[in-house]
Amino acid sequence: MQLARVTGTLVASVKADGLEGVKFLIVQPLSRRQEPEGSPVVAADGVHMAGPDELVYIVGAREAAQALPNTFVPVDHAIVGIVDAVEELRDRARGEEQR
Amino acid sequence: MKIGRVVGTVVSTISSPVFEGRRLLLCDLLDASGNPEGGYLICVDTVGSGAGEAVLILDEGNSARQVIGMSPAPIRAIVVGVVDQLMVDGELVLREG
Repeated sequence: MQLARVTGTLVASVKADGLEGVKFLIVQPLSRRQEPEGSPVVAADGVHMAGPDELVYIVGAREAAQALPNTFVPVDHAIVGIVDAVEELRDRARGEEQR
Repeated sequence: MKIGRVVGTVVSTISSPVFEGRRLLLCDLLDASGNPEGGYLICVDTVGSGAGEAVLILDEGNSARQVIGMSPAPIRAIVVGVVDQLMVDGELVLREG
């Protein structure tokens, strides 16, 4: 899974069977430090709560379809959660890594 | 499988059911010499790994669902082990703990 930012929505009234009721959002994948990385993708909203500009996490490939009520649908990205916080762990448990 | 290092956690109250009550670990992916290679994954913890630990990551859905015991579920990346040592070409590149 990767971090992403919701940047827009997409409406498609004519679409493959099984996609009725599935909400599509435009998401910008983010790096670990939450900077844009790679190009935006259309993701199905697996949690039905993601709003504009929200920080979310997405899953790709076959698992994306598994986030939807009908799991046998042509979806390759899905939002599977909304991020409340990303806590970077400052205190390295053991100081510097051994080389 | 992949090698990673836990660099943070993701706190999330709204998510697909499979993630509820599970720790989400932000993991840098490491290369064969134990250095961050630039990529990262948000993984579900299954072994209680923590801050700064080098970990073994499984990034494949069927196995992940098997380990977690829920299907269907939009889960792929899970932490399945904590790395003690990584030896490559006879050289000890990672010695943790």
